[in-house]
Amino acid sequence: MTDGLATRAARATPPAAARKIRGLSDRAIAWIFVAPTIFLLLAVNIFPLIWTIRLSFTNFRANRNREVEWVGLRNYERILTDSDIWLTMQATAHFLFWTIFFQVLIGFALAYLINKNFRGSPFWTTVIVLPMMLSPAVVGNFWTFLYQPQIGLFNYVVEFFTGIPASSFEMIGSVNLAPWSIVIVDTWMWTPFVMLICLAGLRSIPAYIYEAAEIDRASKWRQFWTITVPMVLPFLMLAVLFRGIENFKMFDLVVQLTGGGPGSVTELTSINLKREAFEKWRTGYASAYAIILFVTVFGLASIYVKALNAVKER
Amino acid sequence: MNPTKYLAATALAAGTLTMAHGAAAEELTLCWAAWDPANALVELSKEFEAESGHTMNFEFVPWPNFADRMLNELNSGGKLCDLLIGDSQWIGGGAENGHYVKLNDFFDSEGISMDDFAPATVYAYSTWPKGSPNYYALPAMGDANGWFYRKDWFENEEIRAAYMEETGEELREPQSQQELMQIAKFFQEREIDGQTRYGVSIFTERGSEGITMGATGALYAWGFKYENEPGSYDMEGAVNSPEAVEALEFYKELYQCCTPPGYTDAYMEQSLDAFKSGQVAMAMNWFAFFPGLYADPNTGGDKIDFFVNPPQNVAASTLGGQGISVVSYSDKQDAALEYIKWFAQPEVQAKWWELGGYSAHNSVLQGDGFTDSAPFAGDFLTAMDGVQDFWQEPAYAELLLAMQKRLHDYIVADQGTAQEALDKLIEDWTETFEDEGKL
Repeated sequence: MTDGLATRAARATPPAAARKIRGLSDRAIAWIFVAPTIFLLLAVNIFPLIWTIRLSFTNFRANRNREVEWVGLRNYERILTDSDIWLTMQATAHFLFWTIFFQVLIGFALAYLINKNFRGSPFWTTVIVLPMMLSPAVVGNFWTFLYQPQIGLFNYVVEFFTGIPASSFEMIGSVNLAPWSIVIVDTWMWTPFVMLICLAGLRSIPAYIYEAAEIDRASKWRQFWTITVPMVLPFLMLAVLFRGIENFKMFDLVVQLTGGGPGSVTELTSINLKREAFEKWRTGYASAYAIILFVTVFGLASIYVKALNAVKER
Repeated sequence: MNPTKYLAATALAAGTLTMAHGAAAEELTLCWAAWDPANALVELSKEFEAESGHTMNFEFVPWPNFADRMLNELNSGGKLCDLLIGDSQWIGGGAENGHYVKLNDFFDSEGISMDDFAPATVYAYSTWPKGSPNYYALPAMGDANGWFYRKDWFENEEIRAAYMEETGEELREPQSQQELMQIAKFFQEREIDGQTRYGVSIFTERGSEGITMGATGALYAWGFKYENEPGSYDMEGAVNSPEAVEALEFYKELYQCCTPPGYTDAYMEQSLDAFKSGQVAMAMNWFAFFPGLYADPNTGGDKIDFFVNPPQNVAASTLGGQGISVVSYSDKQDAALEYIKWFAQPEVQAKWWELGGYSAHNSVLQGDGFTDSAPFAGDFLTAMDGVQDFWQEPAYAELLLAMQKRLHDYIVADQGTAQEALDKLIEDWTETFEDEGKL
């Protein structure tokens, strides 16, 4: 039998080098393989995070050539006592809660219907999924036209169904309606995503469980609450987690749609943070702001993931 | 021609060209906003290319993103722009942060005198600290916020009679801010030629500088001041004076009573669109757009006329316009300075005005027949006599964003009172000046 490639390579390796490699433990070799990734992670994730934490205690401005002063907790104090920031948080909470609420409700309902495998359901699945394939900036832009009180289709549709004159209300311009206008657009765009996850959950339920329930003469309503909902719940919770994190950092769609206005009623934290960091150039202040948001999201997400794991293990 | 003579002539021509150029041909990039005057500058610059042998490239950014894009470029020490026609408010930051080349020595060596330019433009576009003889830009484009209206409607006998009946006054170019609102109310939702028309289009934009530039038109007319004493940063009683409160209430009422529906985030483009589509009787915008408006086949010519921002307590207009600066990070500063030298020539300035740019050179502005050279030329001169500008501090962006927020919250979002908006604005600005070490 002729020599294999490995044998030939071993023979060609100088004895010293071969001895060295042979002397390494499995753990050391593993570290050698993992080290580049860890180094990259440290460089692009951990170092910037530590640097941001450091900057958050200074008055640093990235657009100035002046001495950076240590200001202690002043940036944090300013942010947490600023009523405008709290209004921004409130706007974000409103957006977050209602978008997730509607997306889960409608997404689950659509998935439930599609799962019935009626005639043409693959076609309708494709149609429903279309909005989430578009760019958020494009969606924001064309919805500004749809919301136009004089020429926009949305107002005419509302007029058609409710009789409220189309030119009598402004979705984007009204303080009361603008927060709902962004909820509507985000729901329109991202409900299909929730629907797909729910659909995956529904299709993962084995048919024999329903058959067993039928044998036990459980009603459809009972089957829904005791089989469908508990078994889809981990998927639903995952969808909520994804949408929650995504919407907490929502920026492009809302900037295109309302620019944070009227006034500041749709100015979400990410828009506000961008203004502080890259328009006002208050780098130190914006770093503190970013750290507060990071801790909030990280904390809430950790709690949520624990709950998700608990549900999965049930 | 025999070969010897031919070679000699070629050598002479080559030598002349080399001397004329004085330096190697460069590719210069000039950065500015994307708007009508920028196209005129492209046309004008062809002469510079022919004369100097340099090639001009242009980077024009739409107004809503102009400040963001260019200030980021400067702050990062970018080399994209060799020449920058930057907003007047950037001059403080440009000078203090070392973005712009100081031009005093260059002006002295080339015999360029700032006395040849309109004093208001030199003060606003070139100097830092304000009013000092430290020049960081050459006045490139004079501008102010002005007004235009449907002359054909104002001259229509039927409409005039209706106005007289409703107000007891003649319909004319408004002589005060209050008269402007009265006229706007008259036109609001009026049927003209079978269509519903509206009173005015004004600036309400939130994202960049729109609502501040619009509302200051009213504030300045009421006598608004940023400080009690120039340079003191003492704002209490000036920024929130009773006159300022009254002016802000006026602007809000004008927005609520007399703008087209959905007019909550409108700046230059939206104002032009509203007028050109025949929606509004009057509109505010920068003089820079007036040549284009006058040339418009549908609403220009005999159908349009122009007026200066009407006074209330004082005659004043919001300053626009820009100076041209050499970016300190450019590797082609010599060629960039060559462009400025060429641009400062009186004959180039005359051509600049002819093409649609607003020259700030005295030889143009004080030249024979300037006021008759365009229907808005006289108004431009009047406006430039009373222009006022926003803060030009290095922290201008922060100061501007605070004002954008407070004004939009009050005027468009209808939150709080004018007094509260201006009081909060003082708080914001005080915090900024404290951070800057100026208070």
